[in-house]
Amino acid sequence: MARSSTAKDAQALIQSLRSAYAATPTNLKIIDLYIIFAVSTALIQVVYMALVGSFPFNSFLSGVLSCVGTAVLAVCLRIQVNKENKEFKDLPPERAFADFVLCNLVLHLVIMNFLG
Amino acid sequence: MARGLRFLVLILSVASICDAATFNPISDSHRSAALELFTPTDGSLKSLEETFEALRTFEVLGIDKKSEIKGYTCPTVVDTLWSPSSALKDLFQALRVNGVLKCELNDEVFAGIASRLKDNVKDANSLLDLHYSIGSLKLIKGQTAEVDVHLEDADGIFRAIKALSQSDGRWRFSSNNPESSTYAAGIALETLAGVVALASHDIDQSLMDTLKQDILKLFDGIERYDDGSCYFDEKLVDAQGNWGPVSASSSIVRGLTSFATSTPESLNLPGDRVLCLAKFFLGIGVPGNFKDLYHQIDALASLENNRQVISIPLILSLPSSVLSVTRKDQLKVRVNTVLGSAVPPLSVKLMQIFTSGSKDASIIDQELKFDPETKLHVLDALPENVDVGKYIFTFEILLHDPEHKKIYATGGRTKVSVYVTGVVNIDQAEIAILDSDLGNVETKKRLDLTGENTIALSANHLQKLRLTFQLTTPFGRAFKPHQAFLRLRHENGVEHIFLVRSSGKNFEITLDFLGLVEKFFYLSGGYDIQLTVGDSVMENSFLQPLGYLDLDLPDAPEKAARPPPQPVDFSSKYGPRAEITHIFRSPDKRPPTELSFAFLGLVLLPLGGFLIGLLLLRVNLRNFPSSTLPAFFAISFHIGIAAVLSLYVVFWLKLDLFTTLKALGILGISLMFTGHRTLSHLASTSAKLKSA
Repeated sequence: MARSSTAKDAQALIQSLRSAYAATPTNLKIIDLYIIFAVSTALIQVVYMALVGSFPFNSFLSGVLSCVGTAVLAVCLRIQVNKENKEFKDLPPERAFADFVLCNLVLHLVIMNFLG
Repeated sequence: MARGLRFLVLILSVASICDAATFNPISDSHRSAALELFTPTDGSLKSLEETFEALRTFEVLGIDKKSEIKGYTCPTVVDTLWSPSSALKDLFQALRVNGVLKCELNDEVFAGIASRLKDNVKDANSLLDLHYSIGSLKLIKGQTAEVDVHLEDADGIFRAIKALSQSDGRWRFSSNNPESSTYAAGIALETLAGVVALASHDIDQSLMDTLKQDILKLFDGIERYDDGSCYFDEKLVDAQGNWGPVSASSSIVRGLTSFATSTPESLNLPGDRVLCLAKFFLGIGVPGNFKDLYHQIDALASLENNRQVISIPLILSLPSSVLSVTRKDQLKVRVNTVLGSAVPPLSVKLMQIFTSGSKDASIIDQELKFDPETKLHVLDALPENVDVGKYIFTFEILLHDPEHKKIYATGGRTKVSVYVTGVVNIDQAEIAILDSDLGNVETKKRLDLTGENTIALSANHLQKLRLTFQLTTPFGRAFKPHQAFLRLRHENGVEHIFLVRSSGKNFEITLDFLGLVEKFFYLSGGYDIQLTVGDSVMENSFLQPLGYLDLDLPDAPEKAARPPPQPVDFSSKYGPRAEITHIFRSPDKRPPTELSFAFLGLVLLPLGGFLIGLLLLRVNLRNFPSSTLPAFFAISFHIGIAAVLSLYVVFWLKLDLFTTLKALGILGISLMFTGHRTLSHLASTSAKLKSA
């Protein structure tokens, strides 16, 4: 009895979450998708390291940091682009995107230097 | 009276022992040295002077390189002789080279040069200028008969040159240079010989007489070595250091022979002076530089081919100065001229034999048998009293034809040091351990010193070690070698060397360990025993280990001296260091390639998921600017980003950071510009939409 109610609750929760997320603007969804892509790539690399070993350690680090870094930058972009955030109301999304591009380029310059 | 005479003989023999040295005539080693030293660099020799010296040396040594040198030298010779501005020295050298090579030249050239040279002779005031001019004229005379090279005022020129001579027989290079030189004396003699040869009438006899006096004075200043050779020293030093005893003596010999050849009268030079000069040139062996080699060879050739105006030296040499009595070697003597060519019929006598270190000589007076095939004078058997040792043999050369005695210089008796070697007999070798107090023999072992020995002995400090052996020469006499040492070497490297003393044939050494404990630093333990017997005339000299001695010595008292630290082994100090092997980190284990590729695919999977997700979200490019200019900027913006990313890839593959940053700066500026234009365009579009 209790289990079924829990399952039902969970179902309801997910249902409400999905409906709430459906209302999210498309551009934010794209950013979310991008973050998921970056984080899952990082996870695969971590799994590889766990299985095989960390031999070219700097290559591993740069691979993972590239993914994590770009994910963090994407999160920042998402915060700035989100219209719900009143804090960034005056900031045009184009400006935020320009920041994102610039930061990514700088990040990858460092990553490439570290790649070895 | 008899006693006084004996004393005189004694003194003479002592004096004569010092000057025994072997001089060998010119041989193939000179030929190979000449070929090596006179190698043309870049196809030609450096200068005409050097070319002449090479040609002259090759000619004397009988090496045929003329046609080879002619090819590249003749053009230079012809150029130099045709050019009206050539220096005197160059003309002289060119004519000398032409004298050997016979390049194609016509008499017109010679006539032109001859008139120029004659003018020069009149104005010249330095010895070298006169030498070059007169030498050149003499060379022209030898190369063509058509040109008149006679000197009108030969007496005047003779006097001008003579004015530069000094009271000691040496010469000055010019009247305003006070320093005199032996080298210059040779040059002057050669020039005066040229004047005599070119003179249109005979030279004033009084001038010739004073010149002969000068030559004799020059020979008074000759320097002598102990081995019977003599030379002219050069006091004047030039900046290049070219002049030394070799060039000075060679110059004198050249001048002397050419002067003696040009005058009919005899110079009456003593034969032994000529011989001792020849010995000097032979005594320098094979010189290491080509100037000295040229001077040596040229001087010796002048001495040998002097048309008998001065004595021709004969050199007595031994093919081998080491004779083995065990092998029954014969004493062989060779007599040659300085250049190694044949000599007139003569016989060689062995006159005396001196034992090295002792003063008495045995008189032999035995004639050596001449072997016409090998051209050697052979003594069949050594005299009875010649045992192993170092000797000085005295030979005398006897010319068969009395006429030849005027032509050849044999220098009286020639002394040659000879080593007579042989196998020394080693007998009755024994090593024994004795009790100190009574002298009883504890252990006694026979040794075979010609073979290998591995004896093992043990002794304590109350005992003695005795080693005895006998040495006799092949003729049964006692033999005392230079070295007879017994060496004891402790395990830790401390070693002690003892001299083995002899009485007659017997050699004996007794080591009383009681007296030696202090010297041995109270070191008990194993000692290696080694015996050395050696001499230069002993064919079976040896240094061999005899075996091992286990010595039991009392413990060291507190105040006893410590063994000295072992000397550093110089071969390890200065020798090559131990080779360093570099150990590198072994490369880490790599995973199998399949696994890595599988993960590469796996890493690409999220990218695919991302793209599919984009499709599901129905992403489109509607916002992409459609009008021309903004579209252009948008496209450039994207291309710019792609360019920066590809630059990063190139940076990873091969570029360095500085190149990358420079390129990045240029790309970044354009990217900023296009990015700004694109994004501001988008911003303005969205603002318009909002306001609408």
